[in-house]
Amino acid sequence: MTTTATAPAETPTDAPTLTATGVTMRFGGLTAVRNVDLTVRHNEIVGLIGPNGAGKTTFFNCLTGLYTPTEGTVAYKGVKLPPKPHLVTKAGIARTFQNIRLFANMTVLENVLVGRHTRTKEGLFSALLRGPGFRRAEHASEQRAMELLTFTGLAAKRDHLARNLPYGEQRKLEIARALASDPGLLLLDEPTAGMNPQETRATETLVRAIRAQGTAVLVIEHDMRFIFNLCDRVAVLVQGEKLTEGTSDTVQADERVIAAYLGTPFEGAPGEEEAAEVAAAEARTEEGDEQ
Amino acid sequence: MNAMNSMNPQKTANDDGTGNGNGNGTAVPTTETTPVIPLPLGTARLLTATGALLSAASTFLSWTWTTAFPGNLTVTGYPGGLQLLTLTGALLTLAYTLTAWNLPGLRWLNPAAGHNATALMATATLATTWYTLIAISVQLGGLANLEPGGYAAALTTLLTLLGALALPLDRRTAHSFPRTSHLSTTRTGTALRSILRTIRPGRTDRQPPPARPLPTWAEILIITAAFGLALGLVTYGIGTAYGELFTGFLLLAGLGAAALTRAGLLGRLTALTAKHRTPTVTAAFAAAALFPLTQDTDQYTLIAVNILIFSTVALGLNVVVGLAGLLDLGYVAFLGVGAYTAALVSGTTASTLNIHFPFWAAVLTGAAASLVFGVVIGAPTLRLRGDYLAIVTLGFGEIFRITVGNLNGESGPSLTNGPNGIPNIPDLVLFGYKFGSTHHLGSITLNPFANYYLLMLLFTVIVVLVFSRAGNSRIGRAWIAIREDETAATAMGINGFRLKLLAFALGATLAGLAGTVQAHVAYTVVPEQYVFAGPVPPNSAFLLAAVILGGMGTISGPLLGAALLYLIPAKLQFLQDYQLLAFGAALILLMRFRPEGLIPNRRRQLEFHEGTTGSSTLTHAEAPTP
Repeated sequence: MTTTATAPAETPTDAPTLTATGVTMRFGGLTAVRNVDLTVRHNEIVGLIGPNGAGKTTFFNCLTGLYTPTEGTVAYKGVKLPPKPHLVTKAGIARTFQNIRLFANMTVLENVLVGRHTRTKEGLFSALLRGPGFRRAEHASEQRAMELLTFTGLAAKRDHLARNLPYGEQRKLEIARALASDPGLLLLDEPTAGMNPQETRATETLVRAIRAQGTAVLVIEHDMRFIFNLCDRVAVLVQGEKLTEGTSDTVQADERVIAAYLGTPFEGAPGEEEAAEVAAAEARTEEGDEQ
Repeated sequence: MNAMNSMNPQKTANDDGTGNGNGNGTAVPTTETTPVIPLPLGTARLLTATGALLSAASTFLSWTWTTAFPGNLTVTGYPGGLQLLTLTGALLTLAYTLTAWNLPGLRWLNPAAGHNATALMATATLATTWYTLIAISVQLGGLANLEPGGYAAALTTLLTLLGALALPLDRRTAHSFPRTSHLSTTRTGTALRSILRTIRPGRTDRQPPPARPLPTWAEILIITAAFGLALGLVTYGIGTAYGELFTGFLLLAGLGAAALTRAGLLGRLTALTAKHRTPTVTAAFAAAALFPLTQDTDQYTLIAVNILIFSTVALGLNVVVGLAGLLDLGYVAFLGVGAYTAALVSGTTASTLNIHFPFWAAVLTGAAASLVFGVVIGAPTLRLRGDYLAIVTLGFGEIFRITVGNLNGESGPSLTNGPNGIPNIPDLVLFGYKFGSTHHLGSITLNPFANYYLLMLLFTVIVVLVFSRAGNSRIGRAWIAIREDETAATAMGINGFRLKLLAFALGATLAGLAGTVQAHVAYTVVPEQYVFAGPVPPNSAFLLAAVILGGMGTISGPLLGAALLYLIPAKLQFLQDYQLLAFGAALILLMRFRPEGLIPNRRRQLEFHEGTTGSSTLTHAEAPTP
């Protein structure tokens, strides 16, 4: 790693953390995601929004290898990712799930230790022989896991079963577990779903802190305030296609986005005639009132 | 314990003020400390103590007139056979009754300081005694065969139980207790909460106070004594000469164990063993190694060897089922591969391969053959999940048996002699030590099966070590993660297929190890030993049952489960025809009342009894996990 002849994956500082090009996902006749391009640069927080059923989670699953995209490629720091979830995580992309998927009957600490799996390599034989190397690795893993639990504020609950944590802490634990694989990019699938405003603000702070540690974040969310507060860039997915992409202000001002969420007025109305009629009617009522 | 609650579902008046008389079914605690039979406390104690004393005395009388009932219960003057069990139960009941008076030498018996242990012990005594009397009446044809001593025993044990039921017991109320605290919103809430302060909500386990710290040597001495006692119990159980004695023993031991658990004594012991792990494991295996020295004949040592083989294989299956969560219904095939391999290279004249490996080489070959077989079966099947995996493994298990039944030179290549199997497997010779002959080491006599027992014990130790070390490592955590949620596990970077294959292969190897010893113990291997379900353990169904009955994911669970599943059919010959029926009924009852198994994994116990335990870590709102 210290030699000058490094692999191309490690040198390019300008290569974006994530490049998805022309990602298309078809389930039989249904096209859930159509030709989506997305780039996440180093240390950037990118939001992905869209109405229900727009294909956001499907797109996430394509990125993390849970689905093999029908067309298109996904590259992490310039290297094409194989469509296998464990290899994607190994490459440096970690994720959380829309419905919390913790290892419910493992303790909080064990959950995070499982997240360390790709960054440790002690096999069965070293576990059976329990040499000094094994003990050192276990100790190091535990230390790193405790750091992450302290970071997310769960250190006091290390020996609780994951299933017994309150909802908000389960979300935090999922993030801690994902961070345990030392990812360069963290994918958060609706991290504030079901949270109250205080918890949402806490999550916002947490995501900023994660970015401050040098991890880029791609986040799906329905909470617009959360997204527009937090994200450097926001991409809008509607019916499987990327509608637009830009800063919070650009996206908020985009009429197509508003249309996608709220619908378009009937036949381009209110037209001028109708507006005039309404104005006339109002004027008559006012006159009547005055009399 | 449930029986006791159901005896009187109505709440009764309480005399120590800790019960509650609230009858509006909206919010009532689940437990109360009230007697089932209303009597003053002093009277109840006196009644229990007198009853226990008289029950003990009744065992010195003759219970029946003829020696036709096994164990000779005809003698007046000293107890015999099943009477000894009643005597033990009665004395323990007496001891537990006396703990209520806080006698200094007895306080350690009942750390939880409730009366439930007394009541359970009285129930155990009653069950054993009445079972004996009923067995006498049924076997000899009528109540006329009971002597006055028998009637005295029946009455005094009943008296003891009645006295014990008049003691204030922790028990559930007739009304169920809502889990969430609607209490504060109901009108009677405030009144109820004051009562709640005196009564622990949730299950009826009292939390004993933490044990007084003892010097390390004393604690280790206690552990050693406990395992010595356990060895005595197991030796007695295996050595019971007739089925009635075994049933009586099982009744007393089972209910007695429940009483000790309720008294908090077993909990204290568990805490001690958790504190001193290495001494505990050493003591456990030292006690196990002492077993053959207590035996004069081969008869019970053979049973013990078979129990060890069965439990070792069950522990191997526990890697696959308990840790990685892969339901394998054809596991016995791996035992078969190991046994057939060892038989083929054992040098028997019946072997089609004319070779004779030394034992260590045979063990390695057997384990390797099982490993290969495991990988070959696992590689295609482990891509399936859940039910599909169970069906395919079931199929492969049967394919193994049918295949070795056909490799006889006629319907297939000549390898295994078909259904006749491979007989005349010679006894082992290891470093000049002949396993087939009786050895005298000083005053110690080791008969052939005792030799095999000690060898098998070594293998058990190896499997226990492998299980505990693999389970508590990066690999073990990955297995448990796969069991919990495979999709999330792969998203955390775990190569699901590879780790499942590893679990499958490790399980197969461990079964293969046990198989190599089994071939020599049984002298013959035939395909019919390796069926899916049959009357003789080990077979796939019994192995799985041993794991589930004992407790998935634990070490002692499958060992205990296998011991019980082997001993019960071996001892109760009359059950032979109904064995599978009784087995099914037992499994249903167990799943209803103790789904986590006899020895629960800490995790699974929390999983199944959440909300009903009193621990504060479990009272948080449960998140809506999918």
